[in-house]
Amino acid sequence: MSLEFILVIVVIRQLRKKLETAKAFPKWDKILLTLTIAAVCLLALQIAFSGYTSLIIWLSYLIWFYLIYIVFSRNEYITAKPLIFAILPYIILSLVNDILQQASKEIYKSWSNFLDAGIFFSIVWMVAMWIIGNKQKKALEKEKQIRLEEERQSKLTAMLKDQLEIQVAERTAELTQQKEELQHALTELKSTQAQLIQSEKMASLGELTAGIAHEIQNPLNFVNNFSEVSSELLEEMQAELDADNKEEAFNIAADVKQNLEKIIYHGKRADAIVKGMLQHSRSSSDKKEPVDINALTDEYLRLSYHGLRAKDKSFNATMNTDFDGSIGKINIVPQDIGRVLLNLFTNAFYSVSAKKKNLGNDYDPAIWVSTKKEVNKIIIKVRDNGTGIPQKVLDKIYQPFFTTKPTGEGTGLGLSLSYDIITKMHGGTITAETKENEFAEFTIELPV
Amino acid sequence: MKILVVDDEKDIQVLFEQRFRKEIRSGEMNFVFAYSGNEALFYLGQHKHEAVLILSDINMPGMSGLQLLHEIKSNYKTPPPTVMMITAYGDEESYNKAMSEGANDFLTKPLDFNLLKEKLKNI
Repeated sequence: MSLEFILVIVVIRQLRKKLETAKAFPKWDKILLTLTIAAVCLLALQIAFSGYTSLIIWLSYLIWFYLIYIVFSRNEYITAKPLIFAILPYIILSLVNDILQQASKEIYKSWSNFLDAGIFFSIVWMVAMWIIGNKQKKALEKEKQIRLEEERQSKLTAMLKDQLEIQVAERTAELTQQKEELQHALTELKSTQAQLIQSEKMASLGELTAGIAHEIQNPLNFVNNFSEVSSELLEEMQAELDADNKEEAFNIAADVKQNLEKIIYHGKRADAIVKGMLQHSRSSSDKKEPVDINALTDEYLRLSYHGLRAKDKSFNATMNTDFDGSIGKINIVPQDIGRVLLNLFTNAFYSVSAKKKNLGNDYDPAIWVSTKKEVNKIIIKVRDNGTGIPQKVLDKIYQPFFTTKPTGEGTGLGLSLSYDIITKMHGGTITAETKENEFAEFTIELPV
Repeated sequence: MKILVVDDEKDIQVLFEQRFRKEIRSGEMNFVFAYSGNEALFYLGQHKHEAVLILSDINMPGMSGLQLLHEIKSNYKTPPPTVMMITAYGDEESYNKAMSEGANDFLTKPLDFNLLKEKLKNI
């Protein structure tokens, strides 16, 4: 029976391989190696003495039991147990077989069929166990592979996650910086806007100054001359009274009274102009007050007209006004509505002046300004027969910085600010109707 | 002497009539008033060669004083009437423009009537 020795060698080899004893338990590895050598020697002996050598067989059993003892007594060999279970039936049956053979030939003979069958089945068992074990091993390996793969994947995921987190942190920092930059830009824009509004006011004030000068010189002319002539008249009146010419003295007195009224009227006229100018330059208080819209409109119409005339002596236009006297006073912010009107008038005059330059004497520049009271609202219309507004720019006219004037002549803020003043501050509307080269008409509706 | 005064300020008539009341009373001067350039031209068309002196504002709605000056100087040549410009624009540009269009004199508002009287006497 040399099968036991071969089995011992195979099993020990399996054990050493499976448990990696060389690395894990060097002490046991030595023992196992010794056992292998012993088994090889015994095998060699058995072959050499070819025949039945009971001592060798018993030695082989000793090796076997020692091996089994090791496997079952030590925890570290727990994984080797299935191997031992596969072999154990065969070993036991072989042992029984050998014992019976030695003990009693009679019994052995009567049992030998059973024992042979048993040994056969134990070999089948061994092979079956081996196959199952192999399969399990493969399955385990596969599972291990999967686990490794999963581990690799999860490591990869973790790495990606880390990378992602770094990227997110970077982006967040970038975004925060951008947000801060934008906020800064917004603050700057707001202050620039405030400055621009102020400079737009000043620009339109500049347009006004010539008009204002003219508008003040004219009343001043009357104030100065009527007061001078009145003092002369009073001297004359005295002379008439001395000459006892009472009737003539009364006539002169009436003239003086009339003159004084004119002085008051023109003095107030100059006063209103200066006040209007101051109001225009002042930053808006946003405070609404009752205002005679007709007077305001008329004042700004005159100012803008004379302003333009001061710059361009050849310019002139017919101004047609139609004021609805029933309006009375309405609640508005006068300097702001004044700016809107001034802007519309300046644009209208600019437009007719441009057309006049092109067409010459065949064209009569004209501007129409009207106010009208309707239910719950008043309507102000400013119309000119100038160049009109091309359709393609009509929807851009309220955009900030949009201007059709040459660089330096317009800020492009006039209509944009006007739009804000009318719609946001006064809850009204401003609309334009136009036909190119024929007319432009702006309509302001203010709720009352 | 017939004088045509052109100005869109209506009170100018009362002022001139009072300032020149002695001259008017004595018949030395005779004033006619027009409130726009067109009105002035209409008057001149109706009364040819009557007005020997024209005093005109520059800044008026419609036809400006300078246009009126141009019209007068190109249409009324024999004898050419004397045209004085009276304006609230005392700047050099206005003065040069008026003079180049053939104005005989240039006065600024507020008007110094003593100076004006002096000038009228010397015509």
